[in-house]
Amino acid sequence: MKTRNYFLTFGCVITALMIAFILLGYFWTPCDPMKMDGSVRESAPTLAHLMGTDKFGRDILSRVMKGAGATFFVAFGTVLIGTAVGTLVGALTGYFGGWLDEVLMRFNDALTAFPGFLLALVLVSVLGPGRRHLLLALGIVFIPSYARIVRTEFERARSQNYVKSAQLMGASTARILFVHILPNIWPVLLSAITIGFNNAVLAEAAMSYLGIGVSPDEASLGYMLSDSQAYLATTPWYALGAGLVIVLLILGVGLIGEGLQRKDL
Amino acid sequence: MSDLVLEVKNLSAWYREADARGRRVSHHVLYDVSFELHRGEILGLVGESGTGKTTLVRNILGLVETHTGEIIHYTKRPQMIFQDPLSSLNPARTVGWILEEPLRIYGKYDAPERKRRVAEIVELVGLPADCVTRRPRELSGGQRQRVSIGVALIQKPSLIIADEPVSALDVTIQRQILELMRSLRDEYRLSFLFISHDLNVVYQLCDRVMVMKKGRIVEQNTVAELFAHPREEYTKMLLAAAD
Repeated sequence: MKTRNYFLTFGCVITALMIAFILLGYFWTPCDPMKMDGSVRESAPTLAHLMGTDKFGRDILSRVMKGAGATFFVAFGTVLIGTAVGTLVGALTGYFGGWLDEVLMRFNDALTAFPGFLLALVLVSVLGPGRRHLLLALGIVFIPSYARIVRTEFERARSQNYVKSAQLMGASTARILFVHILPNIWPVLLSAITIGFNNAVLAEAAMSYLGIGVSPDEASLGYMLSDSQAYLATTPWYALGAGLVIVLLILGVGLIGEGLQRKDL
Repeated sequence: MSDLVLEVKNLSAWYREADARGRRVSHHVLYDVSFELHRGEILGLVGESGTGKTTLVRNILGLVETHTGEIIHYTKRPQMIFQDPLSSLNPARTVGWILEEPLRIYGKYDAPERKRRVAEIVELVGLPADCVTRRPRELSGGQRQRVSIGVALIQKPSLIIADEPVSALDVTIQRQILELMRSLRDEYRLSFLFISHDLNVVYQLCDRVMVMKKGRIVEQNTVAELFAHPREEYTKMLLAAAD
């Protein structure tokens, strides 16, 4: 505890900056991210366009600000769905065991058997395009891994004496699960959440890179990356803007996760 | 009215588990166990490990259901003190939270009243007042065991089952905890079922002793009588091993 936890400090600073950047993007951007300006197509960074412009003359910084918001929204929602449902499933299966465990975990296995992307692709094509559907699809894909982690922890906790002690106090099952056991698995869950968040950012970027889930006129980091590929040699700043934001988002949360893990040791 | 707190009649118990080939097999653990426990009495239960002491406890507390025979509780809410308080106290919570939790579940007291009762118990079991903000991990072994006694006491039980409560503690701390249990018995007429493999401890604390061997109670007598004139070979062997 003597040495300072730089992981946590830097992680929080970077994440706070990114969240400020995203919040700013919701209310104000330097230019209209949708406005095409034929006079400044594929312009290098200038004072008017700090990250340059794309092939239609749209301001890249503004688009990155909007796109980062979209990515964050999807990643956050994905982790929220995955964690909430995964924790519930994991808690019930781990604590009770028996046929409930068998049924839910075999269903879980079935979900895991599909490659995550394939499953998300199928779900999006069934649900239809749109950011909310992408979020839902990715959320479902993320459930099994959380369920598994949480299940292991609850199964271990079930035989612990503090749980027996809670039973003797007359605590309800819900109270035992979420008030007594859950705080004990919080550290494990928290690091799973940070890793999950980063995977979700990448998944969203990859999905929109493939052109799935987000419509082309909406700003999206992944779609911008795929768009910029053709111009990598002539306008590298196009890819750089979107790429940098993805990297910083992941780095910040990743450092927080690492910092949290070290804190307990 | 009798002063019984617990009566166990012809209790037989077993547990099921899957063997190596996945078949369910039953293990018989307790055979025809009968005993009574009176108000204000400390009843010792001794025997080697694996003789079914813990199974007996779990059946009495209703944590497992597979048994035949009768277990009659004459009081409400028997409480338990475990061998390793570190595992029986929720590691993620503070001592104050842990002590308050039974009252929250009971749900009849408001927050200031709960805090007052917690403070009372903390003093009663001889803990420093500032320990309520600490976590079990930050306390010493003896203090932790005081906390788990406190958790049991705050629920105002008449019967406390203590499963090897002092065997993880060193001798001086052992004596303090035993002293605490004895004073609780004297002051509140609490009954204890005290499980131990340490006959010296049993001799110091208990009024009566039961000796258990392979799921049966082979001898049952007052401490003075049993230590002076053991009848069973097995008891003599245990006594010899304790010296």
